[in-house]
Amino acid sequence: MAATKTTVDITAAMVTEAVPLADWLLVAPVLLTMTGGAISIIFRKKSAVQPWIAITTIALVILSNVGLLYRVLTNGVVTMVMGSWLPPFGIAFTADPLGALLALTASVATLCVAVFAMSSIAENERRYGFYPFLLMLLCGVTGAFLTGDIFNLYVWFEVLLISSFGMQILGNEKGQIDGAVKYAVLNLIATTLFLTATGLLYGLVGTLNMADIAGKLKAFDGSGPVLGLATLYFLAFAMKAAAFPVNFWLPASYHTPRLVVAAIFAGLLTKVGVYALLKVMLLLMPEGRDWLVSVIGIVAIATMLTGSLGALAQTDIRRLMAYLVIAGIGAMMAGIAVGNEVAVSGVIFYSMHSVLIMTALYLLVAFMFQMSGTFSLREIGGLYIRTPLGAGIGLILLLAVAGFPPFSGFWAKLLLVAGALEAGHGWVAAGILISGLFTTIAVGRLWIFAFLRGGNEHTVDGIQALPMAGCSDSADISWSIWLPLVVLTTLIFVIGVLPETIMSITDYGAKTLIDPSAYIGAVFGGIR
Amino acid sequence: METLFSVLVGILFAGSIYLLLSRKLVRILLGIAILGNAVNLLIFTAGRLTRGVPPIIPIKSYLPIEATANPLPQALVLTAIVISFSFLAFFLVLGYRAYQELGTDDLLDMRVAEPKEHSEPPLGY
Repeated sequence: MAATKTTVDITAAMVTEAVPLADWLLVAPVLLTMTGGAISIIFRKKSAVQPWIAITTIALVILSNVGLLYRVLTNGVVTMVMGSWLPPFGIAFTADPLGALLALTASVATLCVAVFAMSSIAENERRYGFYPFLLMLLCGVTGAFLTGDIFNLYVWFEVLLISSFGMQILGNEKGQIDGAVKYAVLNLIATTLFLTATGLLYGLVGTLNMADIAGKLKAFDGSGPVLGLATLYFLAFAMKAAAFPVNFWLPASYHTPRLVVAAIFAGLLTKVGVYALLKVMLLLMPEGRDWLVSVIGIVAIATMLTGSLGALAQTDIRRLMAYLVIAGIGAMMAGIAVGNEVAVSGVIFYSMHSVLIMTALYLLVAFMFQMSGTFSLREIGGLYIRTPLGAGIGLILLLAVAGFPPFSGFWAKLLLVAGALEAGHGWVAAGILISGLFTTIAVGRLWIFAFLRGGNEHTVDGIQALPMAGCSDSADISWSIWLPLVVLTTLIFVIGVLPETIMSITDYGAKTLIDPSAYIGAVFGGIR
Repeated sequence: METLFSVLVGILFAGSIYLLLSRKLVRILLGIAILGNAVNLLIFTAGRLTRGVPPIIPIKSYLPIEATANPLPQALVLTAIVISFSFLAFFLVLGYRAYQELGTDDLLDMRVAEPKEHSEPPLGY
């Protein structure tokens, strides 16, 4: 040890002061979910305790995410580096308004799902690890939203992917395994493409820190390698997000797992793809986005139309919802194609709205199945008489997904259309509106058939409830099913009535993405 | 050296994409295995190949004296190997279970989740 006597000046490479306590909020969600997941595996056989471990953990994650969002809004972009190595050497966790808002929304949706699962996931399926998988899924998703390192983003993608595989096959049915083959293979290929692009990007700029990449790629000024990389990233993330030509895995698999599982998939997973697209296309390679703009626009419009027309063509309610997920992805891609501040703000608003609404809609389908015992649009009916409150919740959620005021979807679409018109992309705006019309027809038909009609096909409007075999009465529905539905519906309504707060956050998020100087500055100068 | 490796990566990618386009699940799984290795080799090559120079800083020096091998791609490849290996293990089990449950490894016959006979949606009330 004699050689180390000479003092080395480490301030050039390392953070020497202690990390401020509030910065720990950045890694707290990941640490909490990992710990909670481990603890709930320990209590694998105590299926009565497990839900409460998960619920407590997720509630703590929500608190921590609220704190993080508050800190981002007051102090700007927050960064923390692992092992005190200064960026770009250490792996950085960097929260911008976009990441912090989505992380908070994702944890709220997960909490609702965790509560809903208390009564809808059978005991033996809890033993097979529903709650640990749920916590690890949240871990992967929040990790992806908060990391500032592109290879680390890949690792979080894999964390959420492997947990989602575990949840997908919970139940071990034929259809689930069939769906899982398609879901797993295509998602893994997409993630491997993402890794390929990241390897090539590393070969090009020699760094993996997103802020560093954003700075260094400017020197390439949109030359060939940058455009090629942007295309590769676009393909990889479009596949994750289920955009048009590569969307077929989603309707093939999302109706097979347990509906709570489908709810969390529909809420979170595709949105991670959209988030990664936003980060890569706007923050890292704006030149690549400018070059790809017409491709993204065409893909977006095709995705919206596939989603909404596909929803019209379905008999199975679960598959109808899967197509609504795709329609939403199209709307978000449209905002990325437009790319000005208003539209990007709309994309962020829409992704937040989409997390809440898609989770809520799949939970609603689970509720409808419990009340009627069928998923078929031909056989379902009479739910209004049987559960007026459920019918009200259903109406609000279905109108919200179609983009009606005064619910959250309206403001997201308003921002997207306003942005598209401002940038002179009339076609994109028309696509959003036409897809909204088809969606309205599809969900309107769903509500009329399921709630208003007295019974199965060719029955008149319900005046009195027909007895139905094998389904619960409204009074049998447990609180753990009502509570998440009511909470999500209330959130969607409140955001729709008071959108200014969310809009100020999404505007700020859009500004940080389009002008990366604040982001880069926070990573390289923000370490105190 | 890099050129040679790039060609090798290209061949591996081509082979894996050929296998991925197959209808048989087993070939697709083999394609995934090769794809993972192709990407690992790609990251390794992207970090530039330097032979026989370990990244060790001699005593009484703060910096390596000569250019050394880049340790970062090795760390990345190590992570990616672990991930692709565990995913492949999962996929092999999934593929076997699919063969057991569905009685086929032909993707065109795997139609349990999406039945072939697609009924029209209700067109009237």
